[in-house]
Amino acid sequence: MMLDDWITIGVLAVATAAIRASGPVLVGGRELHPRLFGVVSLLAPALLAALVVTETLFGTDNELVVDERAAGVAAAGVALALRAPVVPVIVIAAGVTALARALA
Amino acid sequence: MRCAPVAATRSATSTTRSSSRRESVRAGFQAGLPFAVAAGLLAISFGVLARPVMGTVAPIVMSAVVFAGSAQFAATAVLGAGGGAVAAIVAGILLNLRYGPMGIALAPSLRGGTLSRAAHGQAMIDASWAMANLGGGRFDPWFMVGATLPSYPVWVVGTAVGVLGGELIGDPDRLGLDAIFPAFFLALLAEGELRSGRKAIAAACIGAAVALALVPLVPPGVPVIAASVGALLGLSRRNEAKSARGTGE
Repeated sequence: MMLDDWITIGVLAVATAAIRASGPVLVGGRELHPRLFGVVSLLAPALLAALVVTETLFGTDNELVVDERAAGVAAAGVALALRAPVVPVIVIAAGVTALARALA
Repeated sequence: MRCAPVAATRSATSTTRSSSRRESVRAGFQAGLPFAVAAGLLAISFGVLARPVMGTVAPIVMSAVVFAGSAQFAATAVLGAGGGAVAAIVAGILLNLRYGPMGIALAPSLRGGTLSRAAHGQAMIDASWAMANLGGGRFDPWFMVGATLPSYPVWVVGTAVGVLGGELIGDPDRLGLDAIFPAFFLALLAEGELRSGRKAIAAACIGAAVALALVPLVPPGVPVIAASVGALLGLSRRNEAKSARGTGE
């Protein structure tokens, strides 16, 4: 239904802007207590690792899928372990995934 | 996008704050270009997917005002399945809630008033946020703005291309583009955070484990937010000092 589309777009736009503003507005602009900063400074590695896991192993339907994409990211992991620079690592990830899909 | 040299330049210039702002935006812009290309292809596939659901205008407007890939895909999928506005909004919001903890991580690096900080938060997209991370809890916010700049117009125009003629381009997944972002985040972890100490490694492991365990159980988006608990390790700094003095329990 068309009205549903526009309601979704409008509410999502406002909500997304509010969520993006929330951290900087609520926490920013002052020095944090050192222990709190200790926690905040570990958010980045925890969130990055979670993004790697969810974007490698799961599709939109919430099911664990070990597919060509997982093979590509695994190849990237091997390249990183061999100290490859970032750009080749990403090219390897996309290349292995594309190759695996072409062969599948 | 040579990651290590870029990071080195940024930390070197971050001491001369005012003069380095333009440098940061420029360096971020350059680092963001490859991701704008990837975002453009993703936007085309969004346009292709969204057209039968929402028509020609709504998907382009959505990309312009929401500007968040995973949430747009999720909300559109719900609408396409006849799920209605409320379910679509909930799905989209859940996926975007990660910008809450991401923004908190960014916050200590932001100067300026409330409005300026709120505006900075709007430049948060995953790749830019990740690239602007200097490690040790510090970010270069202007680098993040620069890195997001090329992605925004490309995201909107790419959606329009997908809506108006995307069938001609075919399936972008064929090119393995969906492996680019997780591989890039993995590279940033390996080259940056995981070298900044055992605590960062432990936080990353907990975050990954929590996300992995929760995905089958909770709606999409929630596992990444829940992974924030890995950061609670930061509380243990004092404990470590204590046990080093032999007073730990």
